[in-house]
Amino acid sequence: MNGSRSATLTVAWRLATFRSEGFPTIPLAILGLLLFVAVFANVLAPHDPEVGRLGERFHPPFWQQGGSETYLLGTDHLGRDVLSRLLFGARVSIVVGFTAVIVAGIIGTALGILSGYLGGWVDQVIMRFTDTWLALPALTFAIFLAAVVGPSEMNIVIILVVVYWTRYARVIRGEVLSLKERDFVRLAIVAGCSKWTIMKRHILPNVLNSAIVLGTLMLGVVVVTEAALSFLGVGVPPPKPAWGLMLADGKKGLMAGYWWLTVLPGCCIMLMVLSANLLGDWLRVKLDPQLRQL
Amino acid sequence: MSDAPLLELRGLSTHYVSARGTRVVRAVDDVSLSLAAGSTLGIVGESGSGKSTLALTILRLLPPAARITGGEIRFEGEDLLAKSDGEMRRIRGKRIAMILQDPMASLNPLFTIGDQVSEPLRVHEGVGRRRAWSRARDLMKAVRIPAPETRVGEYPHQMSGGMRQRIVGAIAISCAPRLLIADEPTTSLDLTIQAQYLNLLKELQRQHQLALIFITHNLGIVAKMCDQVAVMYAGRLVEWGPVTRIFDAPAHPYTRALLESIPRMGDGRARLTAIEGQPPDLAAPPPGCAFHPRCPKAIAQCREQAPPETSLGPRHTVRCWLPGPAPVG
Amino acid sequence: MKRYIVKRVGYALVSLVLLSITIFLFVRLTGDPAVLLVEPGASQADLDAIHQQFGLDRPLWVQYGRFASSLLRGDLGHSFYYRTPVLELYLSRLPSSLLLAAAAMTFSLVIGIPTGIIAAVRVNRWWDSAGKIFALLGLSLPSFWVGLLLILFFSVYLGWLPSSGSGTAAHLVMPAFALGWYFAAAHMRLTRSSMLDVLGSEYVKLARLKGLPEALVIGKHAFKNALIPVLTLAGINLVIMVNVAVVVETVFAWPGVGRLLYEGIAFRDFPVVQATVILGGAMIVIVNLLVDILYALIDPRIRLDR
Repeated sequence: MNGSRSATLTVAWRLATFRSEGFPTIPLAILGLLLFVAVFANVLAPHDPEVGRLGERFHPPFWQQGGSETYLLGTDHLGRDVLSRLLFGARVSIVVGFTAVIVAGIIGTALGILSGYLGGWVDQVIMRFTDTWLALPALTFAIFLAAVVGPSEMNIVIILVVVYWTRYARVIRGEVLSLKERDFVRLAIVAGCSKWTIMKRHILPNVLNSAIVLGTLMLGVVVVTEAALSFLGVGVPPPKPAWGLMLADGKKGLMAGYWWLTVLPGCCIMLMVLSANLLGDWLRVKLDPQLRQL
Repeated sequence: MSDAPLLELRGLSTHYVSARGTRVVRAVDDVSLSLAAGSTLGIVGESGSGKSTLALTILRLLPPAARITGGEIRFEGEDLLAKSDGEMRRIRGKRIAMILQDPMASLNPLFTIGDQVSEPLRVHEGVGRRRAWSRARDLMKAVRIPAPETRVGEYPHQMSGGMRQRIVGAIAISCAPRLLIADEPTTSLDLTIQAQYLNLLKELQRQHQLALIFITHNLGIVAKMCDQVAVMYAGRLVEWGPVTRIFDAPAHPYTRALLESIPRMGDGRARLTAIEGQPPDLAAPPPGCAFHPRCPKAIAQCREQAPPETSLGPRHTVRCWLPGPAPVG
Repeated sequence: MKRYIVKRVGYALVSLVLLSITIFLFVRLTGDPAVLLVEPGASQADLDAIHQQFGLDRPLWVQYGRFASSLLRGDLGHSFYYRTPVLELYLSRLPSSLLLAAAAMTFSLVIGIPTGIIAAVRVNRWWDSAGKIFALLGLSLPSFWVGLLLILFFSVYLGWLPSSGSGTAAHLVMPAFALGWYFAAAHMRLTRSSMLDVLGSEYVKLARLKGLPEALVIGKHAFKNALIPVLTLAGINLVIMVNVAVVVETVFAWPGVGRLLYEGIAFRDFPVVQATVILGGAMIVIVNLLVDILYALIDPRIRLDR
């Protein structure tokens, strides 16, 4: 009795002091901004992101020597406006990121629920595959798949879904296993509800919180993976502007000191991932304190 | 034996303050009692009544959110609240020891029994490793662990619950403390082992002139082991006094309700008597006397004013506007 | 303990089989595997020859049988570009990757564990907040970007360190830092939460009740218990590092298996890609198994039971 009291107090006190209600305005604002930019890139971008003027290569940003106001953040090795590419790159990251996270989430949650609730061979089969896929690092697996099917924006989304659904399945299954023991589920079983009804009406709403928190946290991971894939050349194919691709191009100018081609796209990635992570952290504490294990 | 009590608490209060300072939980509220050397005190109450917090307060091992907001603790004449951290540390385990409820959780799974039993000796008395281990063996013999020579090199998970609790007992008495606080020591033990363990504690107490504080919700243990009993409710001490007197004629309605709720064989009663209602939320206790919503004798004054401590005799106090009949003399 | 080990070995074997099946299926089922298995720029005749050689017209399970048996024989294909067996190629590059991973792991533990412990002991005070920020940055900055920034500062601007290749300690510094960065944050986080759990445990409470000095409580009772999950993770992370180092090795032109994978992609050398993935995955399964066994040896609860 003494032990559980102090454990409860410890959790309660830890929660209370964690950033005390810090509503994540900045992360949300940044994500909102990125979303806005992604949607309105055509309108906002001053230049065509895919076509460059070879006479205007390697302009630095406007505040440096040699920069100009036409190309606010400089140009790359093909004379393309960096700002426009960054804006359109946001579109790629947002679309790929959100789609992959949502689809992987749906599949992973569904399979996690089935696996956790139905148990038996369904569980065994799904879990063995999940464990195996989880054993393989996401990046390696994604590279392999990209090498097999060839890079394209659509393929990347599919690949990311295939690689990351297992993360959801594992976590959700764990939750379902403990939910199964709860009284309200047992009552539903005793009352004669069908398995599907129970899974839909009782289990699903209760795991939704975890799924959402996990989704937010996965957004950062997915964006970084996509950037890595693009950087390696197996992600979004050129000339489409993806931030990862810009980093790969930027590497070519790195030794010459063309810093903006490396620093700026990376900052964008960092901002998006940082915001997603902060939002996910806040959601995790807000929605269910027991999820701090995530 | 001198007249001065071994332990004296006066008006002791411990509050938990939430991070933003908004919620204040009065875990221990103005508690006063005293304990003579070699005697046994039982502290009873429901969960959340503040019993464990009181024990941790005496040892000054509270979590950071808790604050001792008032009162005095005198142990062997010394003011414990005035002691520095270092001084308190030297008192813990050496002059005042404590046993926790769950022996499995109390012992570190990665270290041997011998290591853990000899630790207080090595830290407090500077005993060398070899000697400390042999004294650990003696201690284990004293708590009646069979074959201590082999046991000493084993790990906690290799022993039964009863044995583990004895080990915890051995640790507690290793430096010959004057006071031992036991927080629900038998709750996690099998019934058959409980009696053995209590006998062991009694034996140790006799041998070492140990004062015992028993925190429990089991009145049977109190009846068997304790000279005095302190009844706590919502952080307050509602009755304190000699066991025989209080069990015979409880003065506080809560004490009476507790005693009546123990089912007795051949009672003739058809239904179990439970105390109506729920324990109060310590962050927002009811005004006046905390027990009044559940008290069969509550009057208007109980709702408005918290009753002060009234003395019903030497070392016998109660907090009630309408205390029950106190025995004559 | 024996039963525990046998069970774990069984799981590992199943995982390895499933891994090979997964890789196999993905190649065979998506599009025309012959295109992948043949050199770029091959003719139709070459494609037909590949069909024959790999029996691509036979039923799937027959194909898998061939695939699995060749794996077991150690035949993981030939690299188009290097014209050597891939296994040989992989093994020759592996030591470099292990060196890089070891350096990065050392860095991540040396930074991560102490920071995590201090953050837990001084929880919610200044150091903990700094730690939380560090953890966040670790998770949010892609490793290859960190690498690129390091090159920018230390090679281009300051000229202190070489930007690519290997051979000296100076070459190792930046790649190890870039690779270890993420893991330092992860290890710090885990150490912190593990330590917090342990600090809230009953045996730590009892240690304090015994009057032990705080340094002993933390250094002896809390530390060893808190480290168990961290070291378990670190062991597994070592092998994961070898695998995810592909981007860092590419940035720094570090001659390890990660760079081999990149070359495989860049030169459309599919056997290399496939083999690297299989071997990488197999390594992880095996290391997981070894860590489990190590666990059994260290934790007396498992060692002396069952």
